[in-house]
Amino acid sequence: MEILEEKKNKNKPYKPILDGIPDWPVYQLSKNRKEFIAEVTEKSISRIKELRPQLKQLVDDLQATVYREQNRIKRNRWRVDPKDDPKFWATIKNELVDLSTKKEDEVSVAVDAILYKIVHRYASEIAGNFKASSYRLAREVIKFGFLRLLNGTRIKKFGAFFRNRYTLRDKIHIVGKVKMIRKLAKQGTVVMVPTHFSNLDSILIGWVIHSMGLPAFIYGAGLNLFNIKIIAYFMNSLGAYKVDRRKKNLPYLETLKMYSNLAIQKGAHSLFFPGGTRSRSGLIEKQLKLGLLSTAIEAQRSLYMAEGEPKKIFVVPVTLNYHCVLEAPEMIEDYLQVKGQDRYFPEQDKYGSFQLIKFLFKFFTNPSSISVSIGPGLDVMGNYVDENGNSLDAQGRIINTRDYFISNGDINVDRQREDEYTRMLSQRIVTEYHKINRVFASHLVAFIAFEIWQKKHPSLDLFSLLRIPEEDLEIDYAEFKEVFKRVRKQIFLMKEQGKINFATHLKGKSDGAIQRGLENVGVFHLNRPLLKNKKGNIITKDLSLLYYYHNRLVGYDLEQFI
Amino acid sequence: MSFTDRLLKSTDEKPVGVIGAGNFGTVIANILALNRPVLLYARDGEAVKQINAKRTNRGHAIHENVTAVNDLAVIARSCEIIFPMVPSAHFRQMMKNLSPHLQPYHILIHGTKGFDIQLPEGETIESVRTLNRKQVKTMSEVIREESVVVRIGCLAGPNLAKELSQRQPAATVIASRFDEVIQIGKKLLRNDRFQVYENKDIVGVEIAGVLKNIIAIASGALNGLGYGENARGLLVSRGAVEMVYLGRALGGDVKAFLGVAGIGDLVTTCNSPMSRNFTVGYRLAKGETLENILADMEEIAEGVNTVRIAKKCADFYKIRALITDRLYKVLFEGMTVEEALEFLMRFPLSADIDFI
Repeated sequence: MEILEEKKNKNKPYKPILDGIPDWPVYQLSKNRKEFIAEVTEKSISRIKELRPQLKQLVDDLQATVYREQNRIKRNRWRVDPKDDPKFWATIKNELVDLSTKKEDEVSVAVDAILYKIVHRYASEIAGNFKASSYRLAREVIKFGFLRLLNGTRIKKFGAFFRNRYTLRDKIHIVGKVKMIRKLAKQGTVVMVPTHFSNLDSILIGWVIHSMGLPAFIYGAGLNLFNIKIIAYFMNSLGAYKVDRRKKNLPYLETLKMYSNLAIQKGAHSLFFPGGTRSRSGLIEKQLKLGLLSTAIEAQRSLYMAEGEPKKIFVVPVTLNYHCVLEAPEMIEDYLQVKGQDRYFPEQDKYGSFQLIKFLFKFFTNPSSISVSIGPGLDVMGNYVDENGNSLDAQGRIINTRDYFISNGDINVDRQREDEYTRMLSQRIVTEYHKINRVFASHLVAFIAFEIWQKKHPSLDLFSLLRIPEEDLEIDYAEFKEVFKRVRKQIFLMKEQGKINFATHLKGKSDGAIQRGLENVGVFHLNRPLLKNKKGNIITKDLSLLYYYHNRLVGYDLEQFI
Repeated sequence: MSFTDRLLKSTDEKPVGVIGAGNFGTVIANILALNRPVLLYARDGEAVKQINAKRTNRGHAIHENVTAVNDLAVIARSCEIIFPMVPSAHFRQMMKNLSPHLQPYHILIHGTKGFDIQLPEGETIESVRTLNRKQVKTMSEVIREESVVVRIGCLAGPNLAKELSQRQPAATVIASRFDEVIQIGKKLLRNDRFQVYENKDIVGVEIAGVLKNIIAIASGALNGLGYGENARGLLVSRGAVEMVYLGRALGGDVKAFLGVAGIGDLVTTCNSPMSRNFTVGYRLAKGETLENILADMEEIAEGVNTVRIAKKCADFYKIRALITDRLYKVLFEGMTVEEALEFLMRFPLSADIDFI
């Protein structure tokens, strides 16, 4: 089988924008970790009290918190959970029960003490622990390990393991507004918001940030990732703070948001996956989680209200494009189950350290590549900014982001307004995802094949369609090619209009592009979602998986060209 | 007067802008003038002169707090809060002209009951293959598309300009996704003769205000045929149902249609020979042609265009909209009002209400 080689990446690595690690905001943050946690605790408490002005409401919320936490401990314990969890919450529960025996004036003091304990515990749990030494080590390990794997597996010669013919930059393509984000990071605080398809995203994006010459970002990483020891090590050293999606109680959520808010205000470049969790369906996120996103807007308003020259916050959407997502089979199964029965699925990771290494090995031995598209910088209202960080309106006129927070001549705090702004920002980010999304040949063949089968069975809904035996599905190659040409032409046209982007390998002879797509789509799965049979026609071994990869191109109205 | 009161008073002295010196714009300017100085923009320089010198416009006496101007830049510079009140057909162009002067701190509350449509060069509503929400926009959406303003509200409800100017009791709805816009609008408009309600579903309220014009034309037609109150009751209730169907397909919530901007406005317009849309229907039933009727109307009857748009959208979203459909045939395909009515009376229908 002929290997279609991706063009070698000629970009040189970028110089770091800040010289030494001690200059990095994330380093400063962790050096003063204790003080920072204290500040987060204090401010979270006052926010919680603002939200629950009456003591009764506050006590109700604390009781609900204890109840849920004890439930979580009973039902859904993870390896990362602290050993003293049961004891801590039992104590809190007793203290809450004791409230009824107290006199009225003592009650509010006691409630304050309980609230402090809970919030401080949460703040300490969330806080990241960035260490310069382990950051450097982790960075080198990742680079070295990846490089050796890459060269050892790709060059079939003795001693290839120590050659440097391929670099990570050949494997992982960074495209888009790299120069701009470097400039913006010097002038303000960058909040990077990538799409989320795979657990690999977190490591990948860490490497991408480093390779763009940016200082380490703080991450909001799912606590479940810390269950996997290897990832936990890298995450800790890369400046991750922990987000526990099991905890949905008010004190936790407010503390988490305050952590992010204050860190951004202090100039720590931040990254969160606004989709919240990996996209189970393979669709580009349509609905973003507004919680963490709102902290960017709040931080910006606070900065405008503070004295001195206000720092600006820049939101940078990023899409990660894979030919193959390791967890796709399980995720699409979850998704279909939920969609079919409207049932919640438990957060579970079937991958330990060993599976991950195996995956990495597969990943590097395969010529398929990953691309990371860096979107243009936006202000917190979703306006494009120029290279100097000025916000622009649709006609390119410079406008002042501060004006969005002004009413009657002054900046004021209006939470309802900011909630609405958060919603608007999330819509802007989703639009931007669609624009910078890079279509791979593998996405396109998956989309086309699935849509053709859907069209051939117009009366079947999704679930009935997925139940058709795979043996009964076959598309004549000539027919497939014709549709491929048509849809690809439309994608080229849409690129001209700035509605989408595509990888260079999509160009050229359609036979070649189709070939590349078929070879790469879901290449590591046991059952390949798309293949050619002996007659040269298109078949599938796993229709659900095909549906997953097809979803990547849903939302562009391309269905009409099938 | 305490110090803070005085402070409030002083910021309150900043003028409010009104764009469009038609009937409704003039009346709203007069209402706003009870609370604040008002700058009223008129496109026509002669009208500006007349308002400022003679203190009348379109038969309405002009409040002393109102000053007419001819420059959008002046409005944007002097006012943080602006009420655009221009017909939907000119709305986008007005926004394009106003936009370079607007800043993110501006608040816009419009009172236009019509849709904006954008079609490819050379296409018309009839020739285009399909019409859906990608091409059909409400005025708040036009404001968002054309400017940096995000804090947007709309005014809707049974507000016949003539009655308002006589200070008869009336109510309106201010809809916005932003609490602050609603509160500001309330503060500015409310007086002892004008009640102001709140709604968060701005798109629903806008759509309700637009779609009711269809039923208003039909009501005028019934009246022109000489039919009485039973027929009108039938039309209003079934018309409301049709509005809900269409409105939901276009992105509004049912609730907006049951409120002041929906039922309230519908009942008013359907009973009002003063309304332009009603007049169109009435004269159609009397046998005049649409061309003739439109030729001698002083202001635009939004309903005629709304019928064309709603019909095409109903086709796209596969909504059964019988009244709209028949009205379309009457307006543009030469069906007589009697034929349309006969069809509607024969049509087999069953459920009364099935959307709550």
